[in-house]
Amino acid sequence: MTMPKNISRRSFLKGGLAAAGTLAATSLPAKASQSAKEPLATLIDISKCIGCEECVLACSEVNHHKYPDPVKPFPKMVPKKVPVVDWSNKQDVTDRLTPYNWLFIQYAEVEHQDETYELTIPRRCMHCNNPPCVKLCPFGAADQLDNGIARIDADICLGGAKCKSVCPWKIPERQTGVGIYLDLLPTFAGNGVMYKCDRCYDRLEQGEVPACIEECPEDVQTIGPRKDIIAQAHQLADEIGGYIYGEKENGGTNTIYVSPVPFEKINQAIEKGKGKPHMKPVADTMADANNLAAAMIIAPIAGLAAAAGKIYKMTRKDQS
Amino acid sequence: MKAPLVRTLYFISALILVITGFGQMPIYKRYYISSLPGLDWLADFYITHWLHYLSAAVFMGLLIYTLVIFIFAYRRTKKPSISGIIRGFILMGLMVTGILLVINNLPGSFFSQASIIFLDLAHMALAVVFLVAGLVAIIQKSPWIVERFDR
Repeated sequence: MTMPKNISRRSFLKGGLAAAGTLAATSLPAKASQSAKEPLATLIDISKCIGCEECVLACSEVNHHKYPDPVKPFPKMVPKKVPVVDWSNKQDVTDRLTPYNWLFIQYAEVEHQDETYELTIPRRCMHCNNPPCVKLCPFGAADQLDNGIARIDADICLGGAKCKSVCPWKIPERQTGVGIYLDLLPTFAGNGVMYKCDRCYDRLEQGEVPACIEECPEDVQTIGPRKDIIAQAHQLADEIGGYIYGEKENGGTNTIYVSPVPFEKINQAIEKGKGKPHMKPVADTMADANNLAAAMIIAPIAGLAAAAGKIYKMTRKDQS
Repeated sequence: MKAPLVRTLYFISALILVITGFGQMPIYKRYYISSLPGLDWLADFYITHWLHYLSAAVFMGLLIYTLVIFIFAYRRTKKPSISGIIRGFILMGLMVTGILLVINNLPGSFFSQASIIFLDLAHMALAVVFLVAGLVAIIQKSPWIVERFDR
């Protein structure tokens, strides 16, 4: 077993005191761990973040064993022009989301009420309340845990990237040449595995907090039952005259940002694009279909009513 | 049972169900079918998902209509053929798995991953089996219902 390369740097940076502090903060708050069946949400106080990337490093260290180890050369694809995605030679990229980097820092310089704010924002999967990545995966490769985590199962995922297409923030990232598709029909179906933040589900199972929360020197993030986190976010927003993102987006998420400036301004200021999600308002993507679900109850009743009408007519015709 | 409108709606809704059902897998973009003129909507999972729900609602309404008419008006003179019985059971399986998947998609539904995998695969497999059974019925000219000679 090799020691992750970041250990020495972090140890040097943080020293023994930080390690002691870490030990004290390794467990979930009692209230959060007691309500394991209840969705847990995280509060991200943007005004506290200094952009030191300790969370990014911690995420990488703790989740290193989950990262892809692709087999090369990649299988030939049919049709030939089907794109493959390979991040295995760019594992140290930290300025965007990749299969090897599930959390990154976005930068925004925003003018608001005659003040200039230089903001740094940790970005990762929002862990939606009704996650389209989980609900719409055609093979059940993604799962929503009782504690609100949306997680992609790397052992089942075929890398079709539907989860990315339906994600309002396009969070999951593909790595070709890894996963179960290699044992099926790699030339014709599948294209690797999709990767994203699983909010350290395995650490939460052990009663620990996600690595990004544990290692943050500024306590930017707080984790707890969603309703408590929402209340806390509103209290904080009221105190600083701030703004909230994630409470209503996509029907509600388990990642709640509080900012001293409006998110419209943040969204304009941040660099957006591949692996760099926006901060726009997001309507509930699952709502249209779910509203139509009511029609599925009405349709059989309508069929029954139409049949009753037809039978009545036939009976009248027979009698006459 | 002569009902051209019902028959037409049945074929249209079944066709949309099949096209949009397969569209729940990311195959139209991969095979560049959605790059063909006018077919770009096939790669939009929210459109195909919505259309799948809509056509499923129409399809289920038609099934109930047909079943009730059969029971009340034709039960004494006609009976389901073997092919009709087989296809009927497949349809029932498709509806049960489909309805459970619709429920799973509602907010607050927490089906286990194993259940979701089972439902996804069962729904997909039943759709393929239904298409094969339909093809066999067309080749063998097997109708859904036949005359009842045991009266």
